[in-house]
Amino acid sequence: MPDIDESFNALPRHALADAALQRAYDLGATFAEFRLERIRSESISLRDSVLESASDGEDLGLAVRVVHEGTWGFAAGVVLTGEAAIQVAEQAVHMAQVARPINAEPIELADEPVYDDVTWVSSYEIDPFSVPRAEKVALLTDYSDRLLKADGVARVSVHVASVHECKFYANSEGTSYTQQRVRIGPDISAIAVDAETGRFDSMASLAPPVGRGWEYLTGTGWDWDEELAQIPGWLAEKMAAPSVEAGVYDLVIDPSNLWLTIHESIGHATELDRALGYEANYAGTSFATTDKLGNLKYGSPVMHVTGDRTAEHGLSTVGYDDEGVAGQQWDLVKDGVLVGYQVDRRMAKVNEELLGTARSNGCAYADSSGHIPIQRMANVSLQPAADGPSTEELISRVENGIYIVGDKSWSIDMQRYNFQFTGQRFYKITNGKLDGQLRDIAYQATTTDFWGSMEAVGGPETYLLHGALNCGKAQPAQSGAVSHGCPSALFRGVRILNTTQEAGR
Amino acid sequence: MTAIQLTPQDTVERGLALAAAEGATGCVVIVAETSSTNLRWANNTLTTNGAMRGSHVTVIATVGAGEGTATGVISRSAVTEDSLREQVSAAVATARDATPADDARPLVDGTTSADWDDEPAETSVTIYEKFAPALGETLQRASSEKRWLYGFADHEVVTLYVGSSAGLRIRQALPRGFISETGKSGDLSQSAWVGAATRDFADIDPLAFDAELTRRLGWATRTVSVDPGRHATVLPPAAVADLTTYLFWQLDGRQAFEGRSVFAKPSGGTRLGETLSTKPVQLRSDPALPGLETFPFVVARSSGASDSVFDNGLTLSATDWIRDGKLETLMTSRHTADLIGAATAAPAIDNYALSVDGATGTTDDLVAGLENGLLLTCLWYIRMVDPQTSLLTGLTRDGVYLVENGEVTGAVNNFRFNESPVDLLSRIGAAGATVPSFSREWGDEFSRTATPPLLIPDFNMSSVSQAS
Repeated sequence: MPDIDESFNALPRHALADAALQRAYDLGATFAEFRLERIRSESISLRDSVLESASDGEDLGLAVRVVHEGTWGFAAGVVLTGEAAIQVAEQAVHMAQVARPINAEPIELADEPVYDDVTWVSSYEIDPFSVPRAEKVALLTDYSDRLLKADGVARVSVHVASVHECKFYANSEGTSYTQQRVRIGPDISAIAVDAETGRFDSMASLAPPVGRGWEYLTGTGWDWDEELAQIPGWLAEKMAAPSVEAGVYDLVIDPSNLWLTIHESIGHATELDRALGYEANYAGTSFATTDKLGNLKYGSPVMHVTGDRTAEHGLSTVGYDDEGVAGQQWDLVKDGVLVGYQVDRRMAKVNEELLGTARSNGCAYADSSGHIPIQRMANVSLQPAADGPSTEELISRVENGIYIVGDKSWSIDMQRYNFQFTGQRFYKITNGKLDGQLRDIAYQATTTDFWGSMEAVGGPETYLLHGALNCGKAQPAQSGAVSHGCPSALFRGVRILNTTQEAGR
Repeated sequence: MTAIQLTPQDTVERGLALAAAEGATGCVVIVAETSSTNLRWANNTLTTNGAMRGSHVTVIATVGAGEGTATGVISRSAVTEDSLREQVSAAVATARDATPADDARPLVDGTTSADWDDEPAETSVTIYEKFAPALGETLQRASSEKRWLYGFADHEVVTLYVGSSAGLRIRQALPRGFISETGKSGDLSQSAWVGAATRDFADIDPLAFDAELTRRLGWATRTVSVDPGRHATVLPPAAVADLTTYLFWQLDGRQAFEGRSVFAKPSGGTRLGETLSTKPVQLRSDPALPGLETFPFVVARSSGASDSVFDNGLTLSATDWIRDGKLETLMTSRHTADLIGAATAAPAIDNYALSVDGATGTTDDLVAGLENGLLLTCLWYIRMVDPQTSLLTGLTRDGVYLVENGEVTGAVNNFRFNESPVDLLSRIGAAGATVPSFSREWGDEFSRTATPPLLIPDFNMSSVSQAS
């Protein structure tokens, strides 16, 4: 496993933290925490095999958060001197003082063991920032060419985002850690345009963003050769496919599509800050309110959903969160019933009785030094059945239905009831067998109806980890990366729309 | 610690000198100094707050000439004298290794801003000195009246310094702020929302916001179930901004030219000149729009569909995207303008005003003229379903009201909609006067909008959402 980057370790982490925490203490803060973060990011885009843009960024800064007279105060800066760190601590205390009149609830935090100067590095092989740019562009040009040269492909877009995140955290309780995480997200899509009708459509690679390094783009964890060879054929079949007849169908949903439905209808709905209303003005609330913990029938009895910050290659996986809490795994939905939430230290303390535990499950995260830590999503995953069926077996149980592969459009309401999703490929199922692609499909349902209609989940061999780099939440807006694992699953009687008819055509 | 901090002007000058010394043909340095301060509240109490400061430097180095020009783009925060040297060196080395850039054009010739030497403008928490106590008063009042308030106030000042080896030295400082607030009834069954953009919070009165939320929650004393279907619907300026901002982002010239957007002509080419609305609809951007002033020059940190790093500093002028209901201009860089045969480049501008000539009156006036239909508050979670028609899906949020005989008579369930903002332009039943608006969905990032309220006779509500 790689080591923490030397140039990050060379920064005066402890000296800056000591200066800031001491100043906060001297000014009367009852709790203080310090973060030093360096986030390297790279974005490479090719348009029709020509390099469109490549940029390389680094965000480096420090942040101090305090509890002062029972009120939070947060401040962030970019100058890495002891003097500047002290100023940021003073600003954080000042912020708490200005905010004091509108704070009605004194802040208390759940206890967490102290971790003294520990280190954690995510699981990857090759730091993307160690690979020469020209080598990366050459590989992506080759991938793009393979698609562009195929029959029926008019356009190809390729984009790869890489992130290398180093964080040093220290708090007034004595915890300090240094953590390094690497993630990468490829986005490859072929586009066809019908010259006669002007109709256009696309077919994207299903390769999810993952907590891996550049090795992912060369074949570790994804079979590029096979998928790139198939995409043009899939696209041509989609262009020639018949339009779906709107109605009610049985669905077999592939992990490459189902992950996003899990993200929206379970992941966000089981965030305790949403259930408590903290996001009411922005991301929204949740129908899964605290009075329903332990009794809400979220779905059918085959539904078992966990939260974790520990899955290997998971995008939300950490050693420690942004409040110094160690990564854990726990149940959110068991036997179809809501049994847990995702929380941070403040919510864990306030809701200790409700949650039946006095410890945070480690879901605090800030997307950079300039932002405040808030409760962000763990890897929320639907568990497979130990001896469950294969995807083919699930399909064989359907007389008249649709098999959905890959994600595309997504939308869900502010309380996480009503959702609508599209996909990359939709295969008609006739008498238990795939019967060619269909197009113009969206599925629409209410969360508990949908999960209640889940008749079976596939076995471990159908389980895949997908995810997103860009989940948005909070004001000011923060971006989070998160993975979702799931098996293929069978749903009975889901509403299918024809999107062309929806457009009034 | 001996890290030497540079002023923005020094960063630009040294960056350009270092690039020349490293053998770069050309160079652009963009320095953005930002300060921001925010307050967030929920359940009638403060939840988070912050005072943030950022400094961001982008170096764009070019190597080679004409069509053989290649670029290297490196961005860093917290630049010091040492790290700038490293950054410029990396940008030049990256340009040397890169293949020629498709969008290569001569760098924009320079003018120098009169205030180039000025320090960055900034904001601080003191911007809330009057606002915070008044907000505190409303939070207490809401608690005593058994209502719930949730909201966010944000203020930022960005000062840009852009310099280039072609002599450009431009400085511009811009403030931007907004407030967005949700009110809920004591039992959480009803919800209302108000939002507004502001430059300095002098014009924001938390008591007035609270009064409007209370009025709207009052409308919900009667609740009515309405089925999905096509309904006559009044969209207030905020909801129109929710949809128009998405339309604005579809105006990319290259995408249309390549046949892959709603503005592509089925037989090839673009729909420029086509009638989108029989009404005199105008969609216009202008860096000098009163109250919506924005950066009057191109700032591009990477090249994309209608952006080019070579265009940095290009003067932005008033642009009609839609004129008298006809598609007039699509967004282009100098490179993509040549590609699609447009006479001049029309880069994106960070504001717009949508208007209908001759339209007067307010949302309330449109409601007064409606016999039976719906009044929306705002839209949410808007996503593209089908780019061919620009079909969007999304939901109504925080207040849908029943209108009967020109009056609001109760609150209605929420809906999921499926609609194309381009199609809607051809189905405008009536419009009001254009006013500054704040999009619920996009306003946090794109707040410089002005839109009218619109009546759509047949807005497509696809299904009911139980959210409240």
